[in-house]
Amino acid sequence: MTKKQKRMTIRLAASALFFAAGMIVEGKAAWYWIFFLISYLAAGYDIPLRAVRNIINGQFFDENFLMTVATFGAIGIGALEEAVGVMLFYQVGELFNDYAVDKSRKSITDLMDINPEYANLIKDGKEEKVDPYEVSIGDRIVIKPGEKVPLDGIVVKGTGGLDTKALTGESMPVEVKENDTILSGSINLNGVLEVEVTKLFDDSTVAKIMELVENASFRKAKAENFITRFAKIYTPVVVSLALILAVIPPLLFGGEWGTWIYRACSFLVVSCPCALVISVPLSFFGGLGAASRHGILMKGSNYLEAMASLDTVVFDKTGTLTTGKFQVTDVDPVEGSKEELLRLAAYGEFHSNHPIALSVKEAYGKSVDETLIGCVEEIAGYGIKAEIKDGERQQELYIGNARLMKQKGIEITDQGSVTGTSLYVADGSRYLGSITISDTIREDVPMALKGLKAAGVRKLVMLTGDKPEVGQAVGEKLGLDEVHGGLLPGDKVGKVEELLSRKQEGHNLAFVGDGINDAPVLARADVGIAMGGIGSDAAVEAADVVIMTDEPSKLIDAIAISRKTARIVKQNIIFAIGVKVLILILSAAGIATMWAAVFGDVGVSVLAILNAIRALAYQSNE
Amino acid sequence: MKKIIKLEGLCCANCAAKIEEEVKKLAGVESAALSFMTQRMTMEIEESKSDEIIEAARKISNKIEPEAEFKVIR
Repeated sequence: MTKKQKRMTIRLAASALFFAAGMIVEGKAAWYWIFFLISYLAAGYDIPLRAVRNIINGQFFDENFLMTVATFGAIGIGALEEAVGVMLFYQVGELFNDYAVDKSRKSITDLMDINPEYANLIKDGKEEKVDPYEVSIGDRIVIKPGEKVPLDGIVVKGTGGLDTKALTGESMPVEVKENDTILSGSINLNGVLEVEVTKLFDDSTVAKIMELVENASFRKAKAENFITRFAKIYTPVVVSLALILAVIPPLLFGGEWGTWIYRACSFLVVSCPCALVISVPLSFFGGLGAASRHGILMKGSNYLEAMASLDTVVFDKTGTLTTGKFQVTDVDPVEGSKEELLRLAAYGEFHSNHPIALSVKEAYGKSVDETLIGCVEEIAGYGIKAEIKDGERQQELYIGNARLMKQKGIEITDQGSVTGTSLYVADGSRYLGSITISDTIREDVPMALKGLKAAGVRKLVMLTGDKPEVGQAVGEKLGLDEVHGGLLPGDKVGKVEELLSRKQEGHNLAFVGDGINDAPVLARADVGIAMGGIGSDAAVEAADVVIMTDEPSKLIDAIAISRKTARIVKQNIIFAIGVKVLILILSAAGIATMWAAVFGDVGVSVLAILNAIRALAYQSNE
Repeated sequence: MKKIIKLEGLCCANCAAKIEEEVKKLAGVESAALSFMTQRMTMEIEESKSDEIIEAARKISNKIEPEAEFKVIR
């Protein structure tokens, strides 16, 4: 609790005591009103003062003014006990709201508190604490256990475990050693790390994320704007109705002045829209907080709202559904072991740095005895010819594409793969077999796609710049609804526009990419989602939603969080407006007392706020 | 240029909406958003008028919510 809240608690406790005393003495002694007066002042002496000050400032109809008029009115017609009770409960409600809002503010800002305060810069062999802004590229910094990594860099000395939870939502520590990249915003758990800085603070991961979080409030959800607009007309309308209620019946229909003023005062008690206005942004804020805790950053509550009703999800292939890294997926020897075929290919490709050669060497995984490799000749566009010693014999290997085999008159006896690139191996004129290298589908993709369908996404589409048949094969394997291959980056925008025109009314289209080359598409979609945002500036800038890790399955969490938030917002709006209208009707009819009005009003705000806080508490069911 | 202002102690959501609306009406303010939850106001303003705009925004904030402390972050 803040100091202000503690003081208020004491004031309210005192007020309640005097109120109870007043109730006991009432009817037994004529001076019982003194207790009520003290109780009123203890609870709300500042309310009328603020009302006056705000009126001087030109602010009418604020909650202070309304409460002042309501309670003074009640006192005027002799409902002293009710006036005091209303003030007391109103203040209890305010205190609770204040406390709850503070609490959730704190829990969310703590969550996003990744801003490093200092960096330990090594200067002339000595450590010095400096502002991360002052560190230049190439400087060396030291990060001790428990400290936040202040800038992006490369580890030059030491090993340690990093907590990247604030960045990725991943709770498993990441081990780093020399030459590993290290991102600002993570926390060093153990070990002392010496790091060479590779980015200025302004360009570092932590600064990018902070900027994103700060701007998250810029784009507001429709529900948020609705409630602000509603509040703007709600108060004047209720106050006008109260005025009519107080004056018209007694004047025109001979009603009792006291009765109607009392009813009008009840109106004023429920005329403050604050609970409603607080509970909606509080829910969205909680939703954004829950998302970021799962490694999903959203640039505004409008996107959180949009994610709740996705109709079409369009994926980029390479780097999104697939890892974008080529791996040996199949080894198919004519005779002999797979191991042997792979060994020959790895020896032959030993000196090559071509991506295909790299994946072959990675798949072989053993050390290569260079002395066995003789003359290697690269045949550009075809492959290589390599002489490898095999005991006494010199093997003459041809490793390359189908064209190379054709050129050398070697017959390929097996079927190549559709989805990947095939590498054929021959020893002289004898065909040995093929090795298939392809982009691998991310592990969690099947689960992600199933989850999206289960969440009611109508259409899953894949766009790719890759060959149409490769796209088709991947699409079939994954069970996608539509696949469009052979697209240039510009074509992707066109396709997305076409899909946008075909989506269901009131629903949204999301595009998921890795942020590379797809900025225009990310911008065109209703929700542009970039994956693997961690460390990729392009993705963070272009997208509306950034998934910090490389897991498409986070989309399911994002949808679940946004739906939960949307549900809470809807509940709050309907519930709060409903209760207020009900109280107004019952008060006008004289059924509800001022007691009922204040209980209803405070009660509904407390419940709405407690409900809003639920948005923060999303647990993924992994 | 972008200006970020913190309104520390802002405790009334309705007031936040009122402040946002009035700041939006100031000449030279292209856009403004005040988040009640983060207590931050982000404004996109004309650079040449930045001092006047910030002063005017400070006045609006003091008028509507005198309890909140107006701090220019950057």
